[in-house]
Amino acid sequence: MKKKHTITLTVNGYKEELEIPSNLTLLHMIRENFALTGTKNGCEAGECGACTVLVNGKPVNSCMVLAVECDGAEIMTIEGLTESGGLDQLQQSFIEHNAIQCGFCTPGILITAFAFLQSNPHPSETEIREALVGNLCRCTGYERIIQAVLDTTLE
Amino acid sequence: MENSDQLPELIGKSVARIDLKEKATGEAVFTDDLQFGNNLLYARIKRSPYPHALIKSIDTSEAERLPGVKAVVTGADFAGRIGLYLKDRHIIARDRVRYVGEPVAGVGAVSEEIAEKALELIQVDYEPLPAVFLPQEAIKPGAPLIHPDLGKYDVVNFIFPEPGTNISNHFKVRKGDLEKAWQDCAVIVENEYYIPHIQHVPLETHVAVAQVDHSGKITLWTSSQSPFAQRDLIAKTWGMSPSDIRVISPYVGGGFGCKAGVTMEALPIVIAMKAKGHPVKLRLTREEEFYTNFVRQALLIRLKMGCDADGNILAMENTMYWDGGASTEYGVNIARAGGYSCTGPYDIPNVRADSYCVYTNNTIGGPYRGFGMSELHTGIEQCVDELADKIHMDKVAFRKQNVVAAGDTLATGMVMHPTGISHCIDIVAEAIEWGKTSKPGSPHKKRGKGIAVMWKAPAMPPNPGSSATLKFNSDGTVFLSIGGQEIGQGAFTVAAQIAAAGLGVPIDWIRISKPLDTDYSSYEWQTVASRITWTMGNAILAAVKDARNQIFKIVAEAWHENEADLDIKDGIVCSSISDREISLKDFVITGIPKKNYQGWIGGPIIGRGNFMPTYVTGLDKETGQGERAVVHFTTGAQGFIVEIDTQTGKLEIIKAVSAFDVGKAINPDLVKAQIEGGMMQGISSALFEQLVFKEGVLQNPNFVDYRIATTMDTPEQMECYYVEVPQDDGPFGARGVGEHPMVPTIAAIGNAIYDAVGVRLEGPPFTAEKLCLAIKQHNHKEK
Repeated sequence: MKKKHTITLTVNGYKEELEIPSNLTLLHMIRENFALTGTKNGCEAGECGACTVLVNGKPVNSCMVLAVECDGAEIMTIEGLTESGGLDQLQQSFIEHNAIQCGFCTPGILITAFAFLQSNPHPSETEIREALVGNLCRCTGYERIIQAVLDTTLE
Repeated sequence: MENSDQLPELIGKSVARIDLKEKATGEAVFTDDLQFGNNLLYARIKRSPYPHALIKSIDTSEAERLPGVKAVVTGADFAGRIGLYLKDRHIIARDRVRYVGEPVAGVGAVSEEIAEKALELIQVDYEPLPAVFLPQEAIKPGAPLIHPDLGKYDVVNFIFPEPGTNISNHFKVRKGDLEKAWQDCAVIVENEYYIPHIQHVPLETHVAVAQVDHSGKITLWTSSQSPFAQRDLIAKTWGMSPSDIRVISPYVGGGFGCKAGVTMEALPIVIAMKAKGHPVKLRLTREEEFYTNFVRQALLIRLKMGCDADGNILAMENTMYWDGGASTEYGVNIARAGGYSCTGPYDIPNVRADSYCVYTNNTIGGPYRGFGMSELHTGIEQCVDELADKIHMDKVAFRKQNVVAAGDTLATGMVMHPTGISHCIDIVAEAIEWGKTSKPGSPHKKRGKGIAVMWKAPAMPPNPGSSATLKFNSDGTVFLSIGGQEIGQGAFTVAAQIAAAGLGVPIDWIRISKPLDTDYSSYEWQTVASRITWTMGNAILAAVKDARNQIFKIVAEAWHENEADLDIKDGIVCSSISDREISLKDFVITGIPKKNYQGWIGGPIIGRGNFMPTYVTGLDKETGQGERAVVHFTTGAQGFIVEIDTQTGKLEIIKAVSAFDVGKAINPDLVKAQIEGGMMQGISSALFEQLVFKEGVLQNPNFVDYRIATTMDTPEQMECYYVEVPQDDGPFGARGVGEHPMVPTIAAIGNAIYDAVGVRLEGPPFTAEKLCLAIKQHNHKEK
């Protein structure tokens, strides 16, 4: 029998305590234990960025993090962006720029961009491109995504 | 709506996608997000490590004894074969395996981990067979025969397999007198191009959940471009009634063709049949996505083209060897599409084309955005550049002189409809300042310009149907039931726009009934072939007409007026005679009371409509001739300015320009978004992508070794244009453009590379390494 661990953590502002096996990834904990399905499973190898969430404010590929490592951590998922009730400015900008097609990569991109803008509120276009290089999108060709992020920094 | 010269205000308007908020918040539901509770079983698949082998025995007894395992299945559990155009694929291999990754057994267990462990306990004894990996080798006499029973397989009447060989379809075009034409040519170019396998790479891998109840009914939740085709194929395969199968398909996280037809979706069904009552989920890992499902088949294309001294293309010989892989149930029709499109968008009087779909022991080729056209045009459009060079003509002028125009008789005998290809060429040439040299950023860099044109018809059976239903609610809003899927292209938005424009109601009154559900949605063949705006749009307009007729009949009777004098504007029925008005919400459910409430007129309104092309004809097996091969062609052009570092081979795209004739842009911003995304996918396929197989084993099934374009790879400048030469049977004149933006891209970049550094690589991807070596070799020769 696999060893179980009890961890406590904050998910989108709510304190949670749960028992988990040692090999459970943060991605599976978020999607299965909390049914927060906005976080997507794209490769489970840390290569596509679809599962990006914030751990203590830092963006991580949640497929590459074990849930036990998150004991005491603050987690924010895409659902956390609307926790206050309305859409975040970044989400609004993606909508205005029609920067979404199939939408599968969108949550991961929004979270990555959100964290990036927290640390660098007035980036250059190149800096935005560099920040999002780990988030693959097959539909849009990226241009609208870059412009959507850039626009939120100009207001 | 009746007056065709005046389009409704909503048509040609960039209304916002109706799914943006759902998708920006993470609320949009994809198949893997559906919750099934503790009853859910997880499926994993045991796969062949051999490209070609006989299965001597399979022992599953140990796996079956593992606690937590509920069902273990092998090929013995289901004898039938499945296939869209040619029934050549076992869902689970039976006596032999034909590619690395082919399913040989499946497990359903209470966790993915236990299922994985069970796979390790399954013992399979193989006897390896000689394998063949190149189509040009596989067609040779004496090559290992991959499907000895080819002659026994069910096949549709427009696909021509050659039993006893590895050729599963041979499509021929014979037009004019080729031998005589070569003699009339002033110059002739012969060349060979190879376009390797690539993968679709939807960000969402394939996922399907199957449940079989004790009465035998199947429910399947899938990420699918084709819920109805899946239902019908599964019904045929198992000998069931389609009405005993229910396919439910939420949003699709990218399709690009690989989620059309039935592929891995049949696997959880086989497992679920042995674990009745349990939903059984199979989600492909990224690695599995790369080589166990559809890939874009490779193509070897040999071209011979000639023109007279005035630059008129007189003759073409086009031989295509499609590497169909181990099953060509869908791929046979790609070879057919390559056949009837063999000339590219050119008017060529003498043509001989042979398009061979060939079995190999590579992974299975299937539909991929463009359905063979990207590969075909990679050959044709580089060959055309070479031909123009050889006759010393400007490449833009040469193309404009030879492209198809309305009234031309095409290679298959079909007469071309009006098309804006010449206009597209002009737009692109102007945007890249064709004819002017572009100065590179530094002395060791060189710039070049390239252009390529394209055409593509929806590739499908002659009679794929669409339908639509409009169900009114008491507040005037309307549930629009369609079967066209939202795979990112914006189909739901365009559907709502067409319905609202046709009905005369605000767009937010139209609600798309979703998820698609074959028990409730209106029938649609498949969301493929860039056909949805056109065909679904027509079905919606037919439903609109039906609903309006019902509405006008009720109101005319109530007002004692003529139906012809009524119209609907902004949700209000109005009369041009009496100035009377009544809002839809006042009667579409409850009807209108007669005077003094002496009875009622009307009742709940449901509009229904359908569309199916009825005019496509068969083509002769020996000549490819027939009256109308396809419904229509969408045409277009692309131009590129590239800059190449001659020391490193690194290529940078300075400018990328597209122009396509979309007939009518129902939603201009969505059209542009399709063009941008498609062009970027084309750029990615031109510069980075190739599935590297070694003896049938994929060497790069991950995003590190199989690189796709990222935010750092977009062109410095990108411009997207469309022109509008109306489609006579399109909704408001519209034609599709979903696939086309990636069709000319490889060729246009290849031509720009040649212009810059004078080298032409055999095929994509045009990597820095390949370019650097080719430039060195070229410079060496020059010296």
